[in-house]
Amino acid sequence: MVSAIEGLVDDRAVVICCGTGGVGKTTTAAAIALEAARRGRRACVVTIDPARRLANALGLDALSDTPSEISAALWDPHHRSTGSLAALMLDPKRTFDGLVTRYAADDEQANRILQNRFYRNISGALGGTQEYMAMEKLHELHTEGGFDIVVVDTPPTRHALDFVDAPQRLLRLFDNRLFRIMMMPTRASMRVAGVALQTLLRTMSRVVGREVVDDVIAFFRAFEGMEAGFRERAAHVQALIADPETAFVLVTTPRRDAVDEADYFARRLVELSLDVDALIVNRVHPSFTDVAPAELTARAIGPAEPAYRLLIDLESVATREQAEVARVLERVPGTPMATVPLLASDVHDLASLGHIGEHLFAGPSVD
Amino acid sequence: MDFAAFCATSRVVIVAGKGGVGKTTATATFAVAAARAGLSVLIVEVEGKSGLTAAFGLEPLTYDEIDLAPNIRARTLTPDEALVDYLEDHGMRRVARRLASTGVLDVTATAVPGMRDILVLGKIKQLEQARAADLILVDAPAAGHAVSFLMSPAGLLDAVSMGPIRKQAEDVVAMLRDPARAQVMLVTLPEETPVNELVDTAYALEDRVGIQLGPVVVNACIAAPPDESSVPVDAPDLDALRAAIAFTTERHRLAQSQINRLAERLALPQIHLPLLSSVAVGRTEIDTLADAFTAEVEAW
Repeated sequence: MVSAIEGLVDDRAVVICCGTGGVGKTTTAAAIALEAARRGRRACVVTIDPARRLANALGLDALSDTPSEISAALWDPHHRSTGSLAALMLDPKRTFDGLVTRYAADDEQANRILQNRFYRNISGALGGTQEYMAMEKLHELHTEGGFDIVVVDTPPTRHALDFVDAPQRLLRLFDNRLFRIMMMPTRASMRVAGVALQTLLRTMSRVVGREVVDDVIAFFRAFEGMEAGFRERAAHVQALIADPETAFVLVTTPRRDAVDEADYFARRLVELSLDVDALIVNRVHPSFTDVAPAELTARAIGPAEPAYRLLIDLESVATREQAEVARVLERVPGTPMATVPLLASDVHDLASLGHIGEHLFAGPSVD
Repeated sequence: MDFAAFCATSRVVIVAGKGGVGKTTATATFAVAAARAGLSVLIVEVEGKSGLTAAFGLEPLTYDEIDLAPNIRARTLTPDEALVDYLEDHGMRRVARRLASTGVLDVTATAVPGMRDILVLGKIKQLEQARAADLILVDAPAAGHAVSFLMSPAGLLDAVSMGPIRKQAEDVVAMLRDPARAQVMLVTLPEETPVNELVDTAYALEDRVGIQLGPVVVNACIAAPPDESSVPVDAPDLDALRAAIAFTTERHRLAQSQINRLAERLALPQIHLPLLSSVAVGRTEIDTLADAFTAEVEAW
């Protein structure tokens, strides 16, 4: 007998933790990877923007594009596990550079792109780049990293689920008619580029200056021939997201705004024919009594009144939180759920991560 | 400090903080408090839906201004719309719409770092210059992004050596560096990670953007619980009452220690807003918070 969430940790190759900012996604992802390692799997957690002390606990002091192994002495002092635990803090720019180097015909082409100013902006700032690179890194670790399970924390983006279609968005850039024309060799582009394009390019130059437009044109020329490789890669990444080996874990807190976001995520995942495989609710207030609120109110007299008011307040928070949680569950009926109580302090070491794991993996059992 | 004078410190206040710390709540609270003090307020939302209008029982914001409450208007700003406005203002009306619809903005915005942010900040600057309201509150993007958002004009000055967009960036930099025109109000929770990130953001904004930092809003400050000795030992729910008090005592202690730590690490005045036991923030909650906000400032 294992809990449904334990099942994910045992069976899946990829776990994607999604949810809005501030709900404990990073911590959840790390706790899942830790549990997988303890259960004997070779696990890696990819985090986007960890809190500093958690990053330190995971041995992550800098952005990187290669996973670093966390010494087993830290998480498995009694040598009970044959698994391993690694972590990496995503560096989207280096991941992108790696892709360019991989698909360039030669060093010369790679360098021409890597040094282009337009490229440097794309790789650092293009909307969706971080999301896409998270998925790209996930794909790389999954196929080449030698891990049994890769757990990824998604960027705390408002644009929920950007990461799912991030590969497509990058490709859209190349599909843009303007880009296709720009990518043609000079002569041809002069012939094809009609008056309309010339006008647009002139307008761009007037707004941002000629040199910027030149950079853009130079980038697309340099990029020639690599597009197919990128396209193919994006298709692989997309396929991995939809693969049955991939699990989606929806993370939320029981506050209404977080639940609204979670509900939106759940709906979008369903629309994309992706299943929510587990729901994790962090920071849940405890309930202290089974006595009905009306009864408590009746007893709130005399010297104990302030204490009763506090208890009534806390109970009403707990009750309303339960209603909020029920709202997400309705959206994804039958999804295994785990709740983690509001903890006394922040999670910033492996011991407290393990403590989170106890809540996550002690849920209702299934055969 | 006189509250109306406080509200008039800077014409633009950019409200910034990590996701989930109640940035939008703080924005709405400040808006309501300022409106009560007689100022006209314009809230500008720059990153999609925020739940701001939900608190006032209204539909999500659009690019066109709406009345949120007496003396409070609100709108969104998107880079595409801001670009069209910008081009129209610069005699390029004819191509403006097409430029946005053909995806040229995508290319241009990608080519120029912070182009989108500049367009949005440029529009805010225009609203400020036009005195669109006594106080313009900008509900900024989430923390890390807030720094890059506000750094974008300086970054653009490095990348673009000519053209009207450079002029735009220069004007925005001038606004951001003038405390009478703009300041940042940071928002956090009395918890360890949000406090750490707030301190980092504060230093980054000061060093790299050169913008004036206003007070820090600490949201959801838990009140001290009643003393355990106040509960008679024969109270029917003794265990539950004691557990509730112990739980709250611990949470209160932790929140206080984070508030103190924030004060040690960042020499900025703090505005403490109480933790409300409601699950969602509505107009009633905003009014309660606005009372607290005003009282905190007046107590300085």
